[in-house]
Amino acid sequence: MEGKTILDLRDIHKSFFIGTPNEFEVLHGVNFTVKEGEFVSIVGQSGSGKSTLMNIIGALDQPTAGEYTLDGVDIEKAKDHELSALRNKKIGFVFQTYNLIARTSALKNVELPMMYAGMGRRARNERAKELLESVGMSDRMMHKPDELSGGQKQRVAIARAMANDPAIILADEPTGALDSATGRLIMDIFHKLHEEQGKTIVLITHSPELSMETERIITLKDGSITGESKGTWQGLQAKEVK
Amino acid sequence: MLFFENISVAIAGLKANKMRSLLTMLGIIIGITSVIIIFIVGNSVTKGFSKILTEAGADTIEVVVLPKNTKNLYNIDDNVREMNEKDLITKDMLNQFKEEYKDKVVGLVQAESVYGDSMDGKGTVTRDNVVSKVQIRGYSKDYYKYFGNRTKMVQGRGFLDRDYAEGKRVCLVADKLVERAFRGDKDAAIGSEIEVNMNGVYYTYHIVGIYEYARDGIDIGGTTSDPDNPTTEIRIPYETARIANHAQNEGTQYIDVVVDSEVDGQAFAPEIRDYFNVKYYAKNDAYNVVVISMADQVQEFTSMFDMVKIAFLGVAAISLLVGSIGVTNIMLVSVTERTKEIGTRKALGATNKSIRLQFITEAIVICFIGGAVGVFLGITAGTALLNLLPMDLEPAIDATGIIISVLISVAVGIIAGYSPANRAAKLNPIDALRYE
Ligand SMILES: Nc1ncnc2c1ncn2[C@@H]1O[C@H](COP(=O)(O)OP(=O)(O)OP(=O)(O)O)[C@@H](O)[C@H]1O
Ligand SMILES: [Mg+2]
Repeated sequence: MEGKTILDLRDIHKSFFIGTPNEFEVLHGVNFTVKEGEFVSIVGQSGSGKSTLMNIIGALDQPTAGEYTLDGVDIEKAKDHELSALRNKKIGFVFQTYNLIARTSALKNVELPMMYAGMGRRARNERAKELLESVGMSDRMMHKPDELSGGQKQRVAIARAMANDPAIILADEPTGALDSATGRLIMDIFHKLHEEQGKTIVLITHSPELSMETERIITLKDGSITGESKGTWQGLQAKEVK
Repeated sequence: MLFFENISVAIAGLKANKMRSLLTMLGIIIGITSVIIIFIVGNSVTKGFSKILTEAGADTIEVVVLPKNTKNLYNIDDNVREMNEKDLITKDMLNQFKEEYKDKVVGLVQAESVYGDSMDGKGTVTRDNVVSKVQIRGYSKDYYKYFGNRTKMVQGRGFLDRDYAEGKRVCLVADKLVERAFRGDKDAAIGSEIEVNMNGVYYTYHIVGIYEYARDGIDIGGTTSDPDNPTTEIRIPYETARIANHAQNEGTQYIDVVVDSEVDGQAFAPEIRDYFNVKYYAKNDAYNVVVISMADQVQEFTSMFDMVKIAFLGVAAISLLVGSIGVTNIMLVSVTERTKEIGTRKALGATNKSIRLQFITEAIVICFIGGAVGVFLGITAGTALLNLLPMDLEPAIDATGIIISVLISVAVGIIAGYSPANRAAKLNPIDALRYE
């Protein structure tokens, strides 16, 4: 693990309803780092605080206490527009419910982060096409989200997450709404991104089975990290040989 | 760049909620329609007046004998004794007046209708079982001299000095009448006698010429209700009309004084009034002379018209206000409905500014489309309204009105959209994403 550190979380706490009688803490001092090129999973039961953690990692939410550095940027000190730029360029989100923009074609959805980054029309159109092709969606580019299946939507979402070549891909239960065969397809795309392009990926899941596919497994229980282990994944090639 | 994306997103959103969008636009549509109507009608009327004034060639001043405390023509005192011959302006008075002001007054235009036993001056001509509506009206020689360009001769001749002097029973008929009464045969019409029935009293004239019928520009009361069978004028010399009315030796209540083009009619008018009133009406117990210059008339109409304008402006302002509240409301709904989308956009790197711009653009698009529809409806309604006015006006559609309307629409969009857009921009990304 000689790569540079992409994520560095130190003693992260997160509470809700601060100052009210029903105040409660969801994250109780989370520490871990992720280095460039790693494929890490955060696994835990429902309600353990995985999504809360992911929102902090994704600069969508601020921790109540602790320090968090994303690719060298101290999140706590960043201003609103700097956070926007950070989310835009350094992070690629993949949500359980896809979150594609309605009434907007797959192509335009993939173009969106590039548009916010200020990329020219031609360049972003070309890149969006390439990305959709890489997830096997080149024949559905003009379709609107409501004309796509769940698996297809998630493939578009992954292409969109890759748009600005982010430092890290954050996927929260990306296969949670899909059947197992389609889930497999989505997982294979992540593996491909990791193995062929060396993408840093953080996968959040409640499924120990899926987490075994990653290089490093961080177990979250009731808002604290209770353990770390290695995955058993042999690589895409190995799977095909079997 | 983002601009066009925002517009296409906005249009897609509007298409998805057609009915709602239309209802939202209603206030803007009505408001802009009113604005355009104001512009079209206002410009057309102004243009129409200046056309009438330039066509008239010379400024005229109406001199009318009316009850003494008459302030304006719409408010004539009717508590006075009936007018008699001694109250009228006689030929002698007119001759002296002309002599006195010969450097300023160039002509006297007089006109009089022949009524017979009809109440309204409307009569009929029946030929070959075809009934045509007519009105007999005598005009003095100066009418054709100074307002000759209002009458276009089609065939035949005008009146001769002798026709006026002797009050000959000759007439000019409209080409429209020839079409009906003579089946369009102009040659047959000229030289024929025409018999007019004024509710049982018959008048016969010798046709000497045919003039081109025109919807009268200034003459309010021209009947336009039946374009195929309009009431046309049988034009006779003024003196002939006087004889027909058995008034050849009487004075007149009404004359049009044509003044030299160098003279300012509005300033000269009171001088004429004082001349008549001091000289002839000082001892009259009930009547005197009032004067109305053409400029006065235009001013009178303009100020009346300004009231109509203000009323329309009021409608426009209220509609735009209501419309903008509607747009604000629908934008708040839209922001709420799309909270999750806003969260997603923020996760993808949208800045607060770009979210704000997106929703303001959407409000502008709504108002712009509403405004465009309003411009179209306004032009249609404005043109239709002009046809209802008792004047023959060319619809004057100018770019200024349209540009101002578009600017108003965009401004309403910005004002109405700002607060919802700002609300969207300030949404916390995580709260927006978690919104169900
Ligand atoms: N914005 C919030 N306000 C209040 N409570 C919250 C908020 N977000 C999360 N929580 C609470 O924090 C706890 C952890 O929620 P979180 O969504 O992180 O769990 P999770 O591990 O992602 O679960 P799942 O696997 O079901 O998605 C839950 O008890 C939840 O109710
Ligand atoms: Mg979760």
